[in-house]
Amino acid sequence: MKSGSKLEKVLTAGEFAVTAELGPPPNSNAEAVIKKAKHSLGVAEAVNITDNQTAIVRMSSIAAAAIAIQQGLEPVAQMVCRDRNRIAMQSDVLGAAALGVKNLLCLSGDHQCFGNHPEAKNVYCVDSMQLIAMVKQMRDEKKFISGDPIKEYEPRLFIGAVANPFADPFEFRVMRLAKKIEAGADFIQTQCIFDLDRFEEWMKLVVEQGLHKKAYIMAGITPVRSSRALKYMKAEVAGITIPDALIERMDGADDPKEEGVKIACEMIERVKGIEGVSGLHLMPIGWESITPVILEKAGLLPRPEVD
Amino acid sequence: MIVGDRKPLEEILDYIKDYKKIMLMGCGGCVTVCFSGGSKAAELLASQIKMARKQAGNEIEIIECTPTRQCEYEFLEEFAEQVKSVEAVLSIACGVGVQAMAVQFPEKHTVPGLNTKFMGYPVEHAVWEEKCAGCGDCVLEWTGGLCPISRCAKKLLNGPCGGSVDKVCEVNKDVECVWHTIYDRLKVLGKLENLTKVRKAKDWRTSTNAGQRRITFEEAML
Ligand code: SF4
Ligand code: SF4
Repeated sequence: MKSGSKLEKVLTAGEFAVTAELGPPPNSNAEAVIKKAKHSLGVAEAVNITDNQTAIVRMSSIAAAAIAIQQGLEPVAQMVCRDRNRIAMQSDVLGAAALGVKNLLCLSGDHQCFGNHPEAKNVYCVDSMQLIAMVKQMRDEKKFISGDPIKEYEPRLFIGAVANPFADPFEFRVMRLAKKIEAGADFIQTQCIFDLDRFEEWMKLVVEQGLHKKAYIMAGITPVRSSRALKYMKAEVAGITIPDALIERMDGADDPKEEGVKIACEMIERVKGIEGVSGLHLMPIGWESITPVILEKAGLLPRPEVD
Repeated sequence: MIVGDRKPLEEILDYIKDYKKIMLMGCGGCVTVCFSGGSKAAELLASQIKMARKQAGNEIEIIECTPTRQCEYEFLEEFAEQVKSVEAVLSIACGVGVQAMAVQFPEKHTVPGLNTKFMGYPVEHAVWEEKCAGCGDCVLEWTGGLCPISRCAKKLLNGPCGGSVDKVCEVNKDVECVWHTIYDRLKVLGKLENLTKVRKAKDWRTSTNAGQRRITFEEAML
C-alpha cells in the first residue's frame, strides 16, 4: 500500500470506488465543514476538499480536510499550483500528511482572473505535472524536489490527478494523461462529464494504451438542479462540453431537481459500463446534500467493506 | 523589441504639476518602432501637455529631444547642458531608458511617460504581442520555437491545461493557447515526442527571483 487510504484499498480490491466533493466555506466556520461532511459520511470512500476553487478565497483545503478527518471522513485534499511555490507546497504536503491526510489531488488550478482576487500574482513555480512528480519523489524516494533527503516520516500519500477529456487538442488529452501517470498519479478524476459519447471515445484511447491498468480512472459526474446551471457552464466554463439535448431535457422537466438526479443516475449507470472506469467522482457543486440521494438511487450503497 | 504604452495624460500631468520647465525625452529605439516613444510621440505629447496646462492657466515650457537610444550613457551626454536648464525630465523611453537618465542625471527628477509592457513583435499593423519574458533559460528548442513562459497564463511546461478549448486560452478569448499552437507546430515538425516527456520543474534562479541580473561578455572585455 502506498498510503493505506480507504480509497486506495477499495480501488486495489477492484471495487467500483466513489469519491464525493466538499467545498470549504468562504469564512472560518468549522461547523459549515462538519455539516457538509455529514452528507458524505459512510456513502463515499473519500471526499475531495477543494483548494480555493475558481480562485475564490475559502478556508484552506488542508484545514478543512483536518476537520473532515475529525468527523470520520476520509479527505482527498486538493492542491493547486496557482498560489504557492515549491517550498510552501512541500511544507503543506508534510503538514497534510501529519494531520492524517492520505489522498492528495494535484491540479494546476483555475486562473485567478476567474475568482474574487483578479489582482493577485499567480505563482506556478511548478505545474501540475511537476507537482505530481514532486509528491511521488517525497513519498517513494524520500527526497524533496531539491534532492535533500527526508530522513524519516516521509508523506505517505495516494496521489491523484485530473484529466479533462473535453479540452483541446483532443489527441493530446490521452498523451497528457499518460504523462501524468508517468509522473506518478495513482488515480485520476475526470472533469465533469456531460458529453458521454466524447468521454467514451476518450476512454477507448485510454484503454488502447493500457493506461487504465496503470492508474485508476474515476469518472466525474456533476448533478445539476436547473437548465440555467447547464447554460452557465456551457457559456462560461472553458473545457466543459454540454450537449444541447441535455439542456432541452432539463428545460422541459416539471421538477428540474428530480430530473437532475435522474440524469446523474443514468450517467453513472452508463460510465459504470465503460471499460477502464474504476470509480465515480461525484461533484454536486454547491449541492452536497444530494450526494447520498444519488448514490442510493444509483445502487452504489452500501459501500464495500475493506480493511 | 521592447513594447511600451503611453500612460494616461492625467497621470503624466500629475507627475509634472509642480514644474514650469521640463525636458521631454523620446527614444529612437524600440519605442519609436512601436509608436509610443519616438520623436513623433514626443511632439504629440508635448503639445497635449502644453494645451492642458494653458487651459489650466499654468503654462509650461518643454524642450523635446530624442536620442538614438536612451538606454546608453554615451547617447545622453550631449544633452547635459539642456538637462541642467530644466526642472525635471519626462522620459517616454522604456523603463530602462528612464533609469539610465535617472542615473546619468541624478540631480534631476526623471519621471516615466510610458508603461513598459513586454518584449514582443508586431503581429499586424499597430498590434504587438508579448513573446519573451527573459526567463534566462530558454526552452524554445523543444517547444517548436514558441514560448510557454511568456505566452501561457500559467507558465506551464507540460501544457496545455484543461481550459484550452478551440485553440484559445481560457484566460482571454482573444489570445491563442500557446500550448495548442506548440502541439500543432511540433506535429508539423514530426516532433510530438517532445511532449511525451515529463518536463522537470524549472530552475527559476535564472529568472527575476534573485534580484538584478548581470551579464559579462568576457571576449569583449578590454
Ligand atoms: S523560454 Fe524564456 S528566454 Fe526563451 S523565449 Fe521564453 S521567456 Fe524568453
Ligand atoms: S489555455 Fe493554454 S495558454 Fe491558457 S493557461 Fe491553459 S495552457 Fe496556458
